[in-house]
Amino acid sequence: MLKISNLSAKIENKSILQDFKLEINPGEVHAIMGPNGSGKSTLSNILSGKKGYDVKGEVLFENIDLFSLETEERAHKGIFLAFQYPLEIPGVNTNVFLKTSLNAIKKARGEKELDAIQFLKLVKEKAKELKFDEEKLGRQLNVGFSGGEKKKNEILQMSILNPKLSILDETDSGLDIDALKTVADGVNALRKKNNSFLIITHYQRLLEYIKPDFVHVLMNGKIIKSGGPELALELEKKGYENIN
Amino acid sequence: MRDKQIEDLKDYKYGFSTDIESFKAPKGLNEEVIKFISNIKKEPKWLLDWRLKAFERLKVLKEPDWQKPKYPKIDYQDLYYYSAPKSFKDKPKSLDELDPKLLETYQKLGIPLNEQKRLNGIAVDAVFDSVSVATTFKETLTKQGIIFCSISEAVQKHPELVKKYLGTVIPLTDHFFATLNSAVFTDGSFVYIPPGVRCPMELSTYFRINASDTGQFERTLIIADKGSYVSYLEGCTAPMRDENQLHAANVELIALDDAEIKYSTVQNWYPGDKDGKGGIYNFVTKRGLCKGKNSKISWTQVETGSAITWKYPSCILKGDNSIGEFYSIAITNNHQKADTGTKMIHLGKNTKSKIISKGISAGFSDMTYRGLVDISPKATNSNNFTQCDSLLMGNKCGAHTVPYIKNKNSDSNIAHEATTSKISEEQLHYCQQRGLNPEEAVGLIVNGFCKEVLQQLPMEFAVEAQKLVGISLEGSVG
Ligand SMILES: Nc1ncnc2c1ncn2[C@@H]1O[C@H](COP(=O)(O)OP(=O)(O)OP(=O)(O)O)[C@@H](O)[C@H]1O
Ligand SMILES: [Mg+2]
Repeated sequence: MLKISNLSAKIENKSILQDFKLEINPGEVHAIMGPNGSGKSTLSNILSGKKGYDVKGEVLFENIDLFSLETEERAHKGIFLAFQYPLEIPGVNTNVFLKTSLNAIKKARGEKELDAIQFLKLVKEKAKELKFDEEKLGRQLNVGFSGGEKKKNEILQMSILNPKLSILDETDSGLDIDALKTVADGVNALRKKNNSFLIITHYQRLLEYIKPDFVHVLMNGKIIKSGGPELALELEKKGYENIN
Repeated sequence: MRDKQIEDLKDYKYGFSTDIESFKAPKGLNEEVIKFISNIKKEPKWLLDWRLKAFERLKVLKEPDWQKPKYPKIDYQDLYYYSAPKSFKDKPKSLDELDPKLLETYQKLGIPLNEQKRLNGIAVDAVFDSVSVATTFKETLTKQGIIFCSISEAVQKHPELVKKYLGTVIPLTDHFFATLNSAVFTDGSFVYIPPGVRCPMELSTYFRINASDTGQFERTLIIADKGSYVSYLEGCTAPMRDENQLHAANVELIALDDAEIKYSTVQNWYPGDKDGKGGIYNFVTKRGLCKGKNSKISWTQVETGSAITWKYPSCILKGDNSIGEFYSIAITNNHQKADTGTKMIHLGKNTKSKIISKGISAGFSDMTYRGLVDISPKATNSNNFTQCDSLLMGNKCGAHTVPYIKNKNSDSNIAHEATTSKISEEQLHYCQQRGLNPEEAVGLIVNGFCKEVLQQLPMEFAVEAQKLVGISLEGSVG
């Protein structure tokens, strides 16, 4: 599904990723762990299409060169990024945003767009599953949302859009224990349908709820070690310094 | 990959011109031309005298130049002041007699004049260059005693009303462009709502400039008699031409006791090309008089077109307890310029006014909000609330806020809030990640920004206006 080969990325002449490789197959869950500033968000931003990076290498998504696609075209093809710091958009109603987003994607895929009633039904159902306070859906997007609410809003959008590849950038940071479980439930529900995940996290706790197929350690711009779920436990014990 | 799409949308879709033979007054501004206009419209003597008086006054008035957007000197002797389709010399009596080219033009603009294809029950008066070409739904309205016709027709059929109210809100001597209009105005709409009548449909005028080298000087007069209500909407477009064209209209509104007038404008005159060549100079005087007690006048404007927009739809709150409102969205892109806002003049007791202004500038454009709130010593217990927000896109455009506040009454108060914000790269990226292209993203953010004003528009037009807002910012991102 996703194949990253020899990816290197610089920002303002500072090298962040070098010779980065990763392959994700349909239905797989990969977790990436790595120290602060190791380039995890940089990786997710580049995959999402964010501009401003000096990028070399090749990324294929379902055999299409990802760099030939605009950000929104990547979204249309099923790439979703739950941002580490979700943005506020004043004036834009959350429900309106979700509906516009879903219908833009449906339209691009040649699917039938949802009308207001169909959409409300869907959003209510998903909000309920994720224990997301419906009242918030009537508010401006992320404006006045708590840190955890913003993260949950990302997951709500993910479950509405049903993406093929979801990248979760530290979605678990800032979530309370119950919210962590509901978010994990949301991910697991999508996972059943053969969707893939790239989960960036600092804590192995999340990985207790979402069992990853692979765990990778990102340091010095590349993956220095890969393994199964046990690697996360080992990391927690030893720390990054002593992992090699 | 999306370039093609943008190219398609960028075109000003109303930019076509109609190849129709026109009948014009000789070029130039002089007594002869004024007499020509008055004569062709078979006007009574008092009106010709009134025009000539305005012309006398004009000779001593100076063109104002305090506005922010400057423009090259206009040669008033090099303009046509009257242009009408030739087929209009003998005015057609019904739509069947109307030149098919005109019907086609309005069809293309999305304004069917044919009543069978009624426009959601909206009565339309269509003004083409200097003349009104058709007014729809006349009979339905006449039954309720409502008069909705061209001002030329009103001069013939309801001279007493025209004589009583014309120039009472914008006096002959007001200022250069208003006085120019008084001297040479050609056509426009006239509305009278009798006492106690709630106008059952939206009244709307559609202005179209077609001929080149022609100024459009329309005059609109709306009178809401005691306890009546009317909602009126004007729309405007013009062909793409390389030279600048002048549009200097006067609009007067009069609300008597307990009456309400809601006046909405969706202004989409040709803005010029992306390098700033051509486009309309939209120098308009709009003023409403809340003459009676408990009366209300509400202006809503969506200004997206014109090379230069220069206007301050105002309310004179003379009646006690009267209310004035101004809701505005002004968008400038490329090299467009706007200097717009309102004046709220509080004269009566317990008068209230509200100003909500949303300015959006993109490209190399420049936007000024200029507003006056004046509370007179007699206007006790009055208040104003002003909210003035600017949104900038990119860093080559400008936004300025110039509020003038005069509170001469200690138990009245004025509250002013202003914000300036910018659409960030991060916000755009967030929206794009969720599947919106940059134009859709900007459209969504901008529509969110001006929601409060869009909500004021009649339903059918709100949707159109929302699209227009998106289209006018086309090409401003990416
Ligand atoms: N716009 C930028 N300009 C300069 N340096 C940047 C920029 N964006 C990121 N960096 C740098 O790139 C490095 C990688 O940042 P990144 O955000 O990818 O780290 P991360 O692994 O996500 O860290 P964390 O765990 O703290 O979220 C950091 O050293 C950061 O300071
Ligand atoms: Mg990060």
